[in-house]
Amino acid sequence: MTVETVADPAGAVPPEPELVQLLTPEGQRVPHDHYDALISDVDAVAVQQMYRDLVLTRRVDSEAVALQRQGELGLWASLLGQEAAQVGSARALRQQDHVFPTYREHGVAQCRGVDPLRLLALFRGVDQGEWDPRETGFHLYTIVVGAQTLHATGYAMGIQRDGAIGTGDPDRDAAVIAYFGDGASSQGDVNESFIWASVTNAPVVFFCQNNQWAISEPLERQTRVPLYRRAGGFGFPGVRVDGNDVLACLAVTREALQRARDGEGPTLVEAFTYRMGAHTTTDDPTRYRLNADLEHWKLKDPIERVKAYMIRSDLADQAFFDAVEAEAEELAVHLRAACRELPEPTPTSIFDNVYVEPTPDLVAQREAMAAYLDTFDVGEEESHARAGISGEVAR
Amino acid sequence: MTQTGTHAATGGQNAGASAPATLNLVKAINAGLRRSLENNDKVLVMGEDVGKLGGVFRVTDGLQKDFGEDRVIDTPLAESGIVGTAVGLALRGYRPVCEIQFDGFVMPAFDQIVSQVAKMHFRSGGRLRMPIVIRIPYGGSIGAVEHHSESPEAYFAHTPGLKVVTCSNPLDAYWMIQQAIDLDDPVVFLEPKRRYYEKAEVDVDGSPDLPLEAARVVRPGTDATVAAYGPMVKTCLDAATAATEDGRSLEVIDLRTLSPLDLTSVYESVRRTGRLVVVHEAQRTLGIGAEVAARVTEECFYSLEAPVQRVTGYDTPYPPARVEEEYLPDLDRVLDAVDRTFTF
Repeated sequence: MTVETVADPAGAVPPEPELVQLLTPEGQRVPHDHYDALISDVDAVAVQQMYRDLVLTRRVDSEAVALQRQGELGLWASLLGQEAAQVGSARALRQQDHVFPTYREHGVAQCRGVDPLRLLALFRGVDQGEWDPRETGFHLYTIVVGAQTLHATGYAMGIQRDGAIGTGDPDRDAAVIAYFGDGASSQGDVNESFIWASVTNAPVVFFCQNNQWAISEPLERQTRVPLYRRAGGFGFPGVRVDGNDVLACLAVTREALQRARDGEGPTLVEAFTYRMGAHTTTDDPTRYRLNADLEHWKLKDPIERVKAYMIRSDLADQAFFDAVEAEAEELAVHLRAACRELPEPTPTSIFDNVYVEPTPDLVAQREAMAAYLDTFDVGEEESHARAGISGEVAR
Repeated sequence: MTQTGTHAATGGQNAGASAPATLNLVKAINAGLRRSLENNDKVLVMGEDVGKLGGVFRVTDGLQKDFGEDRVIDTPLAESGIVGTAVGLALRGYRPVCEIQFDGFVMPAFDQIVSQVAKMHFRSGGRLRMPIVIRIPYGGSIGAVEHHSESPEAYFAHTPGLKVVTCSNPLDAYWMIQQAIDLDDPVVFLEPKRRYYEKAEVDVDGSPDLPLEAARVVRPGTDATVAAYGPMVKTCLDAATAATEDGRSLEVIDLRTLSPLDLTSVYESVRRTGRLVVVHEAQRTLGIGAEVAARVTEECFYSLEAPVQRVTGYDTPYPPARVEEEYLPDLDRVLDAVDRTFTF
């Protein structure tokens, strides 16, 4: 792997950093001595698949923002602008690999087969993430930034102990990818996970989506050196990739994951991108950043770029683009309706799954809540339905 | 009498083929860990200095030699990392037993314990389990410098999703550590370091006589109930012995489990004795004693002859070693509190 090292002893973050790029913002394919080989199998069908991923991901995101504005979701963390970083890296994964996300990885979730409705349910507040990480290899969203990088590293240590690396069997050798942001790179847990992964040579890829803003705090508040260069200090390679270039993200992540699966240890990938929207729907980015920046990054749009490339290289016709657009619209219509129909949790469901077996205190508290709800002047049936219990138990 | 009563009560039931070994609490936990490592190859022991050194208190002595560096793991010096990587290992099907070297050092791992470990089962709708044990030597009276004598149990007992238990003697230590490792819920396992070198007979071939989450009446009595846990159990047993000179018969209960709290034997006892003193080293305000007092008041109001008394550490940071014996509850403070319950 090539690691760009820029002579920059003063350590200021360069505004336009060296990065791996295979597609220019205009959609021109840039040849690369090293990374071209890593995507030599990517044909028109594969590019079409990724384009579809990008468009559907963006549509889920924009629909969720709209649903939040309509009061259907309590909150949403938009990934607008980060689609390529997520889709490119996620499409580098194999079935047996595991993903430890933060809370903005909607595109990765989509690529791993997590129903986007499950993401809406979490932000609507009807559950806390009812997808099965064991089936999808996509673990629960983690709100405390950086905590999941340690979980990823521990999981990778487990893979290592299970002998599921370095066997050469492409269906067995596994790796873990941990997603986090530039803000999280300041957290102790991320730095501890770098140390752990390094000294144990764990099969984990640290995938940092540097979207340049941690809510209102710019990258300059997180680091004096480009983030990918931190890896060197921990003893493993770091690489910076154009996070708005889906092909480059795919190539770079493929290599990093394969190193991990081959038993060669961790890699830090810094996907240099930009958060086009607010941090979450409660945030107001007009208070802290310039419109000019936004305009500048619009020109680097990850979807327009790959579309231009596809048209330029004759990889798809208008019928294909129309079909993807129609599919995205259909998905949005479905989500809009299905979100409103998500079943409300019953009040006493809060007592479920606190422990594997409920404790006597929790059983008593659950019964007390049910009895209390029973005192309200509603039909017995409704009251019991609200409490989520049978009439027999309530009496 | 100290812990003889406990062992007399359990020894008979646990009579195995071989003679009971006399073990101190350190060696009892070591034997329990060893047995868990033998019985289940998914069990891992991990922490700072747990390997070659055998832990700073030698609790893991010899385990790495016998089970290898992959099962008994010397970790980097980072507590959040110890617990955070244990989360990932548990998700992969392992059963990590983390050692936090001293009570005061658990705070860097606080987020991983209370926000991640404790909630994973709940957040996942019951799909994911966290069979993690977090061992913490805790409590004072060893003449240590700051951050080496804390009693952080209330922080963890206040966190739904965690179980919090503490042993007071070698026999319980031997069984409770194995029971904690077998549990599919995460357990904060508190080890009273001032009792590490107390010895007792441990029948390593028998079976535990109590579930992990059950309190134990360690000394029956009729005039007042004293409830304690961990390092204070011995202090309270000593107080009960001394109280006989005043003609008072104290019933001593070892709570053993702090979350969930098992107060059934306390209620039963208070209904007979009419008096309760709760004793712990941790600071008084919002401590375990406050919860016990509130619950006993709710359940046993008409049986109480006096308000529930608490004997605890003071609401100060843990003090310098030269004054720690003034901070820590001792036999006299326990007896004073018992006396107070007779003045109403």
